[in-house]
Amino acid sequence: MYKLKLAIRYFLRRRITAIAVAAVALCVFIVVVVMTVMNGLVSEFRSKNHNFVGDCVISTDSLVGFPYYAEFIAELDKQQFVAATSGVIRSYGLLTQPGADWNLGIEIMGINAADHIGATGFAKTLHYHKFDPENAFIPAYNPALVGCVVGIDLMPSSRDRSGEYYHSQNPPRYELIISCFPLTPKGGLARAGTDLVNTLSFFYSDDSQSELVKVDGKMIYVPFEYAQKMCGMSGETPRISAVHVKFTDGAALDENCNKVRQMWRAFVEANKDRRYASLLENVSVQSWIENRRSTIGPMEKEQTMLILLFGMLGIITVFVIFVVFYMIISHKSKDIGILRSIGVPERGVVELFIYFAVIVGAIGAGIGAAAGCGVLVKANDIEGWLFATFKYQVWDRSIYAIGDIPNKIELHVLAVIMLSAVAASVVGALVPAIQAARKRPAEALQVNQL
Amino acid sequence: MTEILHARDLHKSYKMGKSRLEVLKGLELCVNAGEFVAITGASGSGKSTLLHILGGLDTPDAGYVEFDGRRIDKFGAGQLNRFRNKMVGFVFQFYHLLDELNVLDNVVLPTMASVGSLGWPARRKKARKRAVELLEQFGLGERIKHKPYQLSGGERQRAAIARSLMNEPRLLFADEPTGNLDSETGNGILEILGSLNHSGQSIVMVTHDERMAERAGRVICLADGRIVG
Repeated sequence: MYKLKLAIRYFLRRRITAIAVAAVALCVFIVVVVMTVMNGLVSEFRSKNHNFVGDCVISTDSLVGFPYYAEFIAELDKQQFVAATSGVIRSYGLLTQPGADWNLGIEIMGINAADHIGATGFAKTLHYHKFDPENAFIPAYNPALVGCVVGIDLMPSSRDRSGEYYHSQNPPRYELIISCFPLTPKGGLARAGTDLVNTLSFFYSDDSQSELVKVDGKMIYVPFEYAQKMCGMSGETPRISAVHVKFTDGAALDENCNKVRQMWRAFVEANKDRRYASLLENVSVQSWIENRRSTIGPMEKEQTMLILLFGMLGIITVFVIFVVFYMIISHKSKDIGILRSIGVPERGVVELFIYFAVIVGAIGAGIGAAAGCGVLVKANDIEGWLFATFKYQVWDRSIYAIGDIPNKIELHVLAVIMLSAVAASVVGALVPAIQAARKRPAEALQVNQL
Repeated sequence: MTEILHARDLHKSYKMGKSRLEVLKGLELCVNAGEFVAITGASGSGKSTLLHILGGLDTPDAGYVEFDGRRIDKFGAGQLNRFRNKMVGFVFQFYHLLDELNVLDNVVLPTMASVGSLGWPARRKKARKRAVELLEQFGLGERIKHKPYQLSGGERQRAAIARSLMNEPRLLFADEPTGNLDSETGNGILEILGSLNHSGQSIVMVTHDERMAERAGRVICLADGRIVG
């Protein structure tokens, strides 16, 4: 009882404890704000990538594609763990407009809109067809025309510095001419004079905002059958670049991906004697995490680096607390001598200063967490005010595909940060407390302190 | 009379730069129950060192102290803490009260330390009652809520005596209890110690003032690390 009583009195009477409290509060504040924003960014980025490809991707890196996909998709669709599938053509092409003397290298994704909205989060990226995504390729101004969905950053002057995209009430009429490089199943360029078509006109029907910079700045979505034809993948043995799969239970990702992998191996084995069967061997089955690893990985590494940096910040905090406690405890040498002379054990003295450290840590962590939460809750308002007043943004939205600053406070992260701060305070106090407690009472009672 | 304390062949030295200063050189001392012993000597003669060793606050380089026939150097850490808490009480020259606690809490502290957090609620009322009685006995009944820095030197020393008696120790050690007080206040403190001794309290007091020492039942003079008279 005396330990808690004395610890509270020490806390209230020693002004130097304010430095320790401030050090803990500042550290907790910074960690809470930066970790919440960084975790939010990584989490959002993962979610955007997940939405883009679905749960599982069966794909080949070859631009030639792979055949017999319809049979495999049919097999997949029979499985209970599969919620939806979408066959996809992916290739590269050139974009121009009628009468224009420019062209632009682009990526093409041929999809069946109805299938793709089931297998991926494509529907959420649309603007004009948000409520009828299955009609994404039907231009509102003329439903008879063949439409295309354009990555939003391909649209001219589509975004300002505040991150807002301009959209007229009705979609504008743009004609876009896309040329592809049709390939034969053997990988050669299809010769002119065959029935292959490599250039087609499409009409802007919508744009897609996946919030993935490389996708929104390069990708044009066109109807599946047109993309297949333009890439030389139609014909006798039609081919495809990838199948995107959505599982019924997203939580069992690895398990379901393994099932698909086994199915694919069996499918390859069953079709090994068919024409162009070698193309099946270059196909991989990946979870969305594996498929997007090269995109997500660097950001996760940044997050790990940040955690390491904050680990170092934590060490500095422990050191500051250590110094403060060393000073406090040195000044309390006489008190320690008094306590030891009336029979308080070494452990009791250490416990007294641990209580003291817990009070400092808990109050510092509480102040830091409250300030951090306050700033996070108002982060977007603050940034909005900074932009309105000083034209300053944390992230220039005309460059970065970020909407609001992520400010969702995760309680378990907050709890871990606060408990770590209290633990850091205890660690900082422990060494000087043990040193002081081990002094002989007669030595501690000498008045010549630090 | 029953022997309560016996110091046998005590040696103690301190390092002073490259040399060692021998403070105690084979000191022998015996204290009987109910005795009031004053230890005198010149400044630096080792009086306080001796008192600290007798009370278990310091350890000798050689020799040992027996309390009730048991060697305190053989006590484990827990036994030594209980010895300091229950068997002996200390009164220091500079009072050594905790500034963060009021007078009552300072006096109650030895009992708080002995019972722990769980046992305290059951003992609290009784302990506070005894502390108030002691403080009233020493004329501090009106000062129990005051902080030590709000008291005069004499009042602080009386509070320190009350604290030392809280757990009814067998032996009271007083290290220059009047050394920081004026003569009149010092006399008051000696009267308190005298009356405690009359009621049976064993006391060992260190003082450099021979006039003060004369109030004790037995005076021991310390010189050159040994008892000389």
